[in-house]
Amino acid sequence: MDANGATTSSADGGGSNSKASSKKNSRKPKYSRFTQQELPACKPVLTPGLVIATFTIIGVVFIPLGLVSLSASEHVVEIVDRYDDSCVPPNYSNDKLKFIQNADTNKSCIRILPVPKLMKKPVYIYYQLDNYYQNHRRYVKSRSDKQLRSKSAANDISDCTPEDKTKDGPIVPCGLVAWSLFNDTYGFSLDSKMIQVNKHNIAWKSDKDHKFGDDVYPKNFQTGGLIGGAKLNSSLPLSEQEDLMVWMRTAALPTFRKLYGKIDEDLPANKKIQVEIQNNYNTYSFGGKKKLVLSTTSWIGGKNDFLGIAYIIVGGLCLFLAVFFILLYVIKPRPLGDPSYLSWNRTPSGGQPN
Amino acid sequence: MKRYVYINDDESSHELYCDNRISNRKYTVLNFLPKNLWEQFSRFMNQYFLLIACLQLWSLITPVNPASTWGPLIFIFAVSASKEAWDDYNRYLSDKKANEKLVWVVRQGIRKHIQAQDIHVGNIVWLRENDEVPCDLVLIGTSDPQGLCYVETSALDGETDLKTRLIPTACMGIDFELLHKIKGVIECPNPDKDIRRFDANLRLFPPFIDNDVCPLTIKNTILQSCYLRNTEWACGVAIYTGNETKLGMSRGIPEPKLTAMDAMIDKLTGAIFVFQIVVVMVLGIAGNVWKDTEARKQWYVLYPLEGPWYELLVIPLRFELLCSIMIPISIKVSLDLVKSLYAKFIDWDSEMIDYETGIPSHATNTAISEDLGQVEYIMTDKTGTLTENRMIFRRCCISGVFYGNESGDALKDTRLLSAVAGCSTDVVQFLTVMAICNTVIPIKSKTGAILYKAQSQDEDALVNAAAQLHMVYVNKNANTLEIRFNSSVIKYEVLETLEFTSDRKRMSVVVKDCQNGKIVLLSKGADEAILPYAYDGQQTRTFIEAVEQYAQLGLRTLCLAWRELTEDEYQEWSLMFKEASSTLIDREWRIAEVCTRLEHDFEVLGVTAIEDRLQDGVPETIETLRKAGINFWMLTGDKQNTAIQIALSCNFISPEPKGQLLLIDGKTEDEVCRSLERVLLTMRITSSEPKDVAFAVDGWALEIALKHYRKAFTELAILSRTAICCRVTPSQKAQLVELLKSCDYRTLAIGDGGNDVRMIQQADIGVGISGREGLQAARAADYSIGKFRFLKRLILVHGRYSYNRTAFLSQYSFYKSLVICFIQIFFSFISGVSGTSLFNSVSLMAYNVFYTSVPVLASVLDKDLSEGTVMQHPQILFYCQAGRLLNPSTFAGWFGRSLFHAIVVFVITIHAYAYEKSEMEELSMVALSGCIWLQAFVVALETNSFTIVQHLAIWGNLVAFYVINWIFSAIPASGMYTIMFRLCRQPSYWITMFLIVAAGMGPVLALKYFRYTYRPSKINTLQQAERMGGPILTLGNIEPQQRSIEKEVSPLSISQPKSRSPTPVYEPLLSDSPNSSRRSLGSRSSSSYSRNCKDN
Repeated sequence: MDANGATTSSADGGGSNSKASSKKNSRKPKYSRFTQQELPACKPVLTPGLVIATFTIIGVVFIPLGLVSLSASEHVVEIVDRYDDSCVPPNYSNDKLKFIQNADTNKSCIRILPVPKLMKKPVYIYYQLDNYYQNHRRYVKSRSDKQLRSKSAANDISDCTPEDKTKDGPIVPCGLVAWSLFNDTYGFSLDSKMIQVNKHNIAWKSDKDHKFGDDVYPKNFQTGGLIGGAKLNSSLPLSEQEDLMVWMRTAALPTFRKLYGKIDEDLPANKKIQVEIQNNYNTYSFGGKKKLVLSTTSWIGGKNDFLGIAYIIVGGLCLFLAVFFILLYVIKPRPLGDPSYLSWNRTPSGGQPN
Repeated sequence: MKRYVYINDDESSHELYCDNRISNRKYTVLNFLPKNLWEQFSRFMNQYFLLIACLQLWSLITPVNPASTWGPLIFIFAVSASKEAWDDYNRYLSDKKANEKLVWVVRQGIRKHIQAQDIHVGNIVWLRENDEVPCDLVLIGTSDPQGLCYVETSALDGETDLKTRLIPTACMGIDFELLHKIKGVIECPNPDKDIRRFDANLRLFPPFIDNDVCPLTIKNTILQSCYLRNTEWACGVAIYTGNETKLGMSRGIPEPKLTAMDAMIDKLTGAIFVFQIVVVMVLGIAGNVWKDTEARKQWYVLYPLEGPWYELLVIPLRFELLCSIMIPISIKVSLDLVKSLYAKFIDWDSEMIDYETGIPSHATNTAISEDLGQVEYIMTDKTGTLTENRMIFRRCCISGVFYGNESGDALKDTRLLSAVAGCSTDVVQFLTVMAICNTVIPIKSKTGAILYKAQSQDEDALVNAAAQLHMVYVNKNANTLEIRFNSSVIKYEVLETLEFTSDRKRMSVVVKDCQNGKIVLLSKGADEAILPYAYDGQQTRTFIEAVEQYAQLGLRTLCLAWRELTEDEYQEWSLMFKEASSTLIDREWRIAEVCTRLEHDFEVLGVTAIEDRLQDGVPETIETLRKAGINFWMLTGDKQNTAIQIALSCNFISPEPKGQLLLIDGKTEDEVCRSLERVLLTMRITSSEPKDVAFAVDGWALEIALKHYRKAFTELAILSRTAICCRVTPSQKAQLVELLKSCDYRTLAIGDGGNDVRMIQQADIGVGISGREGLQAARAADYSIGKFRFLKRLILVHGRYSYNRTAFLSQYSFYKSLVICFIQIFFSFISGVSGTSLFNSVSLMAYNVFYTSVPVLASVLDKDLSEGTVMQHPQILFYCQAGRLLNPSTFAGWFGRSLFHAIVVFVITIHAYAYEKSEMEELSMVALSGCIWLQAFVVALETNSFTIVQHLAIWGNLVAFYVINWIFSAIPASGMYTIMFRLCRQPSYWITMFLIVAAGMGPVLALKYFRYTYRPSKINTLQQAERMGGPILTLGNIEPQQRSIEKEVSPLSISQPKSRSPTPVYEPLLSDSPNSSRRSLGSRSSSSYSRNCKDN
């Protein structure tokens, strides 16, 4: 904002004039394609060809992909057995809560699971809980990752209320998540021969190595007034407690499966597996279901038809749209950029459009 | 009310008045933080964010780490605070430089070198040539024996010519040495900001001359920030110092302007806020119900039986925090950033550089570029804006003889040349008035040529023309001036100068011929200010004809007159004049009154006609912008005929068959009322016809109309697309702008002179032309451009792009925040309505501040149509004007899209990652990546032109998302350790992503294609036409209509009085037939208008 260089008549002699003119030049912006907003640009047009081709390609790619996913999912053999109701003795069927809360009742229960198809090893054993809100805000936050990781942070229990400490000191591991650890157990036998359940490496390796310390031992766990779920072997460091690690990977959905173990042998078709369940975990108070799941796996994961079906639907819709647009194009051709659609060309008076 | 300044009194007044320390600073080091924070928190948005951030400190309710809000909040505040601090620091530096400048000041009778900030009121300050004046001074001595000095006032008013300043008569002749010891008192008004007035008195104490009161005017002062030129030294008494100087007082912080778009964004924000409150209440109630019915049974949640009193509030507040991202914190930063880039594009635009002067266009106000695209009314000044303000003497009429009518240039008219050679008395008198009745200062350059420094372009033209006709104004020495006529030198002594004011509309000088001692009064002025005062018996008819003829050619006319005075008459009058000049109250009015006592019984010598050429490209610019649906009003101080001629020649109004011009005039309320109603009636009738109807109104009628018939005039203003307002004052210009603004129109005011400043500041957008009348207008304006024709580019290119880009950017900002917020809301339904956040704090923060903000910034380079297409089809601006791209219904579209996308992402994620894969961190990252993928495609689909920058921003951002998350996944301490690596190895993750993109974008693409092809907007049609390379060139039939102010073109249909139209309500275009109703004189003779000359 200076006036000197700006106007034509300058008051004093040549010296200041030349200064002013040099200033003018420096004030002139440098030309570049960016500053002039003239960067080379590609301006795509939504031509019928382009759009129809896009939808066709999506359809053509998605339907086979969906079929592949679906077949992968179909190849997964899965046995699901709901046992929460059946494992309550008939005399307790009206008051299941009393059954489960009574420490003296016999909780063991035998289930027979037929194998529909050959299940190739490894066969994964999951327990599935329905209507169980591991993602509840009060629950999901009630843990202390620092305490789990290192011994020195045993007192880091500020987030763990109400399961933070007993009169003997801080609880390790503290919080509602650890406290409510799932404690049903399963024993499998095929033709009255025990099947070995491999419970190693069911947790994530990263959890074992970094999230759960190998010098952190359970302390004051499940010793308070309220007993939640499973107890922990206080002689094992947390990095060896794989069930806890699995449990503490909280699920985002109220229906979830967690890995219980693996069976490292093939289960032949049409055989019956006998499972002995210790039915300890209380889901009766909130009407949650408990299911035992045996499943093989595929490249896409467990048995889940959703992706395959969704792919086929989306692909089908895209093909339909492509056909629709082709028909539209044939029946009602509309030249792009027809100037007659500019209303001001129709009303030459130059009035406001519309 | 008054201040008494004691000259050279070292003791007193130190405490009374401030010292000369200039401070433009808003803050000090100590108050910076509180003051700045206070200012920032006075905005609603910021209060909202602060409230959210404070709520987040309560760990019971916060769903995420407080850092996710505090981080961006602090960042945003830090950015705007440091911008403020930087500006303030620069102001401090420049203040410091000015304050510490060394100046010569008399202290205890000795001249000392002190810092400028130590000057006190009453000090005597010495200046040398080319020094900057440190404070407001009253001159008491100069190196010039006559007590003159020259100052350049460009920093004050932008006028670059030199102004003469004079020492008061009382100080005349005081010896150089004695000036140190001078004592006296100056009685002056309290500081004000009027740089044209200074009504004060000076009384010197003995031994300095008598005890007489000597009047002071602005001519006796030199004001702060002026430069002393062509004068060896000058000294003066400091009267106003520091921030109390005239410059300091006139410095004000202009009110920040809010664009229509900002207002709309605020409205939408308000709507979102209400929506958010509703969502929070619904979810809060649902959450509490769920808690009481279900959560009590969920033993593992371990709800206490008795909660604290605020328990009912906890869940709603949690949802409030969860939903707080609905109003994106990043929108303000993004908008500020792109807005300053829009402004930079204007500064950089090489097509808007005025190559004559090398001045680029400049956006002073960086915040209102979008408004340029929404302009509905342009109020333009005439002189210097539409015209070049380069005056050229073209014709004249001397004693009834017309010169220059044939060739169009009187200087080449042989008859005139021979008359000059023949020393015809009339002609010589005429030339003498041309040459010396002015305030021009001739300066001899080294080469011997004479340069004229004139304050008015008209005077410059006249003096130069006189010089070419051998009447050369050679020299001015104090009160004597020399002219050379045909090699004989004539000397005149200037006795008085009766200055030009816009009320008197004339200026006069009283000179004494040094040869024969005759005293003559020379006057020049507007026709209505001269012709009525001709002596009885003089025939003024030819002059009136001349004036009208010239005015119809669009020329500016001045009447020249003179009168011989007797010695006695002059002496008597001179005393009255002196008395009037020393009054403190109403001085201007008293002087004007005294002047009229002398300015009568003129012998009218002739009429000059000066041409002011139209600027290049003005007709085309106006035509294009009118096609774009912008209405033009011309507000000028010039007379009606000239204004209408200029209007015709620059496509402002169309000549008769196509257009119609209605006249509102009248001297009394009744007349104005009748005329207004007639025009209004005509307007209503013709509004359906494709006819350009315009109305013209003069200042007098306008004043009555605005005062008494505001409603009718407002209706007229709405109906009429074009108006010409002549003879309007600066404040009337501002009133008209205000009137249109009150009708909810976006107004743009463009002007070049000081008289346009108020209108420029009043309008939504002020554009200043950095022209010959100085930089005053350009400085007050939001945009300054070099030429009127750049307005086309400013509006159609910069304004339109800015609007389009901001429309996309702001709606997208809401869209992306809503997507993530809807996902959170859906998630709450499967997490026991407990207010769990699906996303972790880092992701949320990065999503808002980085992932979705960066790619969209590249939209500042987006162009929906090329500049050429827009120029060819200016009608397309309608979309911006009507706000078609950002309004509740487009916003509803984006809202719907966000809901749809949230559903797609959420449903696909929870089904694809069900059962054993439903781990919280993984699921949240799947949902987040789904959003990011969709964002990339949404931005890509909405981008009209891809430059390399856009590709980088969109696809680079997608890559950056993965890189950043891989980095986070590599940190063992972070919650998402290894998550991203695990996901990227799963085929199902990628399959899910493709599914989300296809399901999310497919319908959007299909819908867009369908509308683009089968329900195209005008923009789409032009896009298609432009890019198919098809019939684009034959599309718009805008032939550049070559029109210029040619003598052949302009008089058409106007010069002859029009026959009356069939319907009596039709006012013929500029009827010249005397109309009895408008001839009755107003009560005030001083405000007589041009037509009334006929009455004499």
